[in-house]
Amino acid sequence: MRLSQAWIIASKDIDIFRKKKSIFYSVIIFPLFVSVGLPMLIYVLSAGSAGTADVQSGLPVVIDAFAFFFIIGASTLPTAIASYTIVGEKQEQSLEPLLATPTIDSEILLGKCIGALLPPLVAIWIGGVIFMGLIDAFTFRLLGYPYFPNPVMAVIMLLLVPLAAITAVEASVIISARVSDVRTAQQLGSLIVIPFALVYVLGEINVFPLTVLHLLIIALIILVADRALFSLAVSTFRREEILTRWK
Amino acid sequence: MIDAVNLTKKFGDVTAVDDLTFHVHEGEVFGFLGPNGAGKTTTVRMLCCLIAKTSGEARIAGYDTANDADSLKIRKIIGFMPENVGLYGELSAYRNLDFYARLYDRTEQQRKESIERLLRLLGLWEKKDLPVGTFSKGMKQKVAIARALVHDPEILFLDEPTANLDPEAAKTVRDFILEQKKEKKTIFLNTHNLDEAQKLCDRIGILKTHLLRTGTPEELKESLWGNKTVIQLDEVTDRIVAAAKQHTSGKVVVDGHRMVIEVINAEKDNPDLVGAIIAAGGRIQFVEGLNPTLEDVYLKTVREEQ
Repeated sequence: MRLSQAWIIASKDIDIFRKKKSIFYSVIIFPLFVSVGLPMLIYVLSAGSAGTADVQSGLPVVIDAFAFFFIIGASTLPTAIASYTIVGEKQEQSLEPLLATPTIDSEILLGKCIGALLPPLVAIWIGGVIFMGLIDAFTFRLLGYPYFPNPVMAVIMLLLVPLAAITAVEASVIISARVSDVRTAQQLGSLIVIPFALVYVLGEINVFPLTVLHLLIIALIILVADRALFSLAVSTFRREEILTRWK
Repeated sequence: MIDAVNLTKKFGDVTAVDDLTFHVHEGEVFGFLGPNGAGKTTTVRMLCCLIAKTSGEARIAGYDTANDADSLKIRKIIGFMPENVGLYGELSAYRNLDFYARLYDRTEQQRKESIERLLRLLGLWEKKDLPVGTFSKGMKQKVAIARALVHDPEILFLDEPTANLDPEAAKTVRDFILEQKKEKKTIFLNTHNLDEAQKLCDRIGILKTHLLRTGTPEELKESLWGNKTVIQLDEVTDRIVAAAKQHTSGKVVVDGHRMVIEVINAEKDNPDLVGAIIAAGGRIQFVEGLNPTLEDVYLKTVREEQ
């Protein structure tokens, strides 16, 4: 498999993504809200509470809970692009000429995955940096120490966000093979958020606190799921399947 | 250049293409004629390594379409234009072509030269930066043809290249294909436009799941109809018919005041035939060759099959 071929396909998909304003903004807005809106919320709500014991113990829990939103975003944002680039290609019937080029199926699939992964990942990572900066700026006087960077955020940003994004893309590939409309693919793809939202709720009610260990366990489970979904996506993304069975 | 031997494709219990055997020579334009659902697109897809054959063999420039390593080599030397243009509407014509040229490992210089040459030839250079989605059907079709040629392939597969185009756009596309023919490219053309096949193809195969006939347009006409001369007279008598029969080994059919006479070589046989009929007392009004069109041949072949 040649990465260069996959990258050519990915860069084309990213070009299309940049020109498709509705998808472009949908990928930008969520990280922007989490990275700026949530620190602002903390700033407003915690005004005048500096140094109290409640703040010292409660604020980290709230911040970690907010940080989990980046995983939620990673599990939904790529579906917007992946659904468009795959179902969109089906609708425009542009997969057939692409399949006739000297490119193997896995290179096309990898290209599509990179094209759908990179923009949301970059948006989330940039959002993460802004989030950490603003949180530190707003909470330093409350906590007395810079909260970020810390191991929880490192696991979230470097492990869980990419893994959740991969899950979303793989699910989108599988779903896109079976539907013929971008909106349906996006709606079905967004259902992948459910298990992540469930983990979030379990964390909030303290059944499964979002500690580093627990986050690593979640990462391992997603990794296994990603591996299984990858096999399924590869078996779905075969040229004969695409040309003769995809609806 | 293109060889198919007993090539067959089945989808479940349905046979889409049955036992095709044909050969396309280098530099030849070979046309596949057939009604909708005849298996033309399936054949092209098999030859372009897009779908696998069920049985038989297909080779492109000596490479086996069933072999994974060979199929990559095949896809490097072919250009393919599917029935549906399949362009990226959000991207410009230039970016569409550049994307494909990159997939064929063309250098930046090669890409620039090739894209400019093709877009200028097709009269689209001035619109190169506009999104393809804003183009008319004919313009999109031209971009799709340019895409098939952007890497300068040895063999071109064109699936209904003028389908749904207005006459002017269709003519531009046909003229462009003729240009490629002059450049000695091997072209495999799927069409159900008989006029197009007649104008462009060196040889034609008539397909309806299996190959019904193959030959040059002239061979096909001759094989089905032979050379026929129609002579219209004031009156057709037994003596005139007998005189005509003495000068041909073919059939002589009398239809009112007309005689339809099968001849071997019209240019050589007609003067003797006319002389004999006049000598037998015939008063000739008109003499004309009976030239069946490709449409006659096609319809007769397909109907015989039905």
